Amino acid sequence: MKDTAIQVINFSHFYGQQQSLKNLNLQVYRNEILGIIGPARSGKSTFLTCLNRLGDLVPGSRVTGKILIDGQNIYCPGIEVAALRRQLGMVFATPVPLPMSIYDNLVFGPKLQGKKYRLDLDGLVEDCLEKAGLWIEVKDRLKTSALKLSGGQQQRLCLARVLALKPEYILLDEPTSGLDPISTMKIEDTLRLLKKDYTIILVTNNTKQAARVADRTAFFLMGELVEVNETGIIFTRPADKRTENYIEGKFG
Amino acid sequence: MAGGNMIARHEGSDRLIKISLLVVAFSAVSVLVIITIFIFEQGLPIMMKYGLKNFLLGQNWFPSEKSFGLLPMIVGSLLVTLGALVIGVPLGLASAIFLTEFSNRRVSRFLKPVIELLAGIPSVVYGFLGLMFLVPFIREKFGGSGLSVLAASIILGIMILPTIISISIDSIRAVPDSYREGSIALGATRWQTVRMVVLPAARSGLVAGIILGMGRAIGETMAVIMVAGNAADIPGSLLAPVRTLTSNIALEMAYASGEHREALFATGVVLFVIIMILNFLANLAARKQYRKK
Repeated sequence: MKDTAIQVINFSHFYGQQQSLKNLNLQVYRNEILGIIGPARSGKSTFLTCLNRLGDLVPGSRVTGKILIDGQNIYCPGIEVAALRRQLGMVFATPVPLPMSIYDNLVFGPKLQGKKYRLDLDGLVEDCLEKAGLWIEVKDRLKTSALKLSGGQQQRLCLARVLALKPEYILLDEPTSGLDPISTMKIEDTLRLLKKDYTIILVTNNTKQAARVADRTAFFLMGELVEVNETGIIFTRPADKRTENYIEGKFG
Repeated sequence: MAGGNMIARHEGSDRLIKISLLVVAFSAVSVLVIITIFIFEQGLPIMMKYGLKNFLLGQNWFPSEKSFGLLPMIVGSLLVTLGALVIGVPLGLASAIFLTEFSNRRVSRFLKPVIELLAGIPSVVYGFLGLMFLVPFIREKFGGSGLSVLAASIILGIMILPTIISISIDSIRAVPDSYREGSIALGATRWQTVRMVVLPAARSGLVAGIILGMGRAIGETMAVIMVAGNAADIPGSLLAPVRTLTSNIALEMAYASGEHREALFATGVVLFVIIMILNFLANLAARKQYRKK
């Protein structure tokens, strides 16, 4: 019996007049990697920013319907948005280390919550960097600027920084789109390991990546969820012709 | 062959332009050099004659009795500049933060040009307003004549606002949005993001704005003369009158001659050196920021 962690019910999102997500219904199960594939502008990234309400920052953004996370509708008035965002850590397409040291990047989130005990933080930093597969590479230069790391290292730093929040969910928005194959492989390996402790939603424009790491895969097109199923089924016998065409590279 | 000639000709005109731009750039710098040489040439001899110490630390300015102590004016300039920064920097930074991070686009699009318009008001108008409203207000509320350090600081504090605000706005806007997004996605509030990420990232620009504001405050003459009282004594309180280095030159240059005139140039030398030192210190502060090395 699978445990439903996130339930999306009749959910739509609008930018001004334009509808960017159309009446989505979808479940995310606990401790799975849900891959989301689809061509550009299909609403994949918008969907992620709706889950942690980062989309609120865009002027003219409006939603209808519900998203239940652990049974709680996150669009209820009175939800503490900062706490929600800590619970759903997000990694962006371009690595965005903050302009401070590696160490400070990692403790940024925990410090906001008032965890100021240094000993505690040192352990946390090591633990998170270890999990993100970056510890060995940076352990001797934690105090140097995070901006000096390579692109792949920066992205793993961003992942480690998200882990430092002790979230339950990790949202990844095309995390490897700017990375070389080796860095991509390292991140994918990390995700497979993280799955046992976290629920992961991976938006990717690389269908092969979804095939490699996702347990289930959802196909988005023009703001609609075309279908969602076990990754093996999506890639071998999809129910919808459009999914098949996209996977075979006939458009997108 | 014809093609080759054409390339040669283009390179020739490029060089011509490069050389003429170089000349123009150097003539701008040479003006600075000429001013420096002129001031020092006119002011240094008398400083040497009466002793540097007497000039910088002497408390009595009686040009007719050959007593040229500049200390009251040095203290005066530093005091009103400091006062202006105490008033102008918090107000200016707060306005810039509000206009960039918290107000909606329409409000900031309206307010920013209005604030920049403040910079276009002639300083004599600021002085006049100060004399008409601020000085009587201080006289009634706090006592004294009203012509005071406090009045000069407030007027200067207002005068440096447009400089500080518009440069701060530009440097805050130059901080990439990805930093804000990244910080907010980590659970920071807007204010935490501003305080912990945006302001540190914009630091060098903010300091530059404050330096320019400070330069304007220490160099301002007209508005200060009108509200400061101009007594050549070290002020004993914020309500006492004060004379700045610039006021000293402007007030007396019209009738000064001989050594008195040279002493006013010496005042200019002191002012020049102080501004250089302040600039240097401020630049040092700006350079300490966290950056990609």
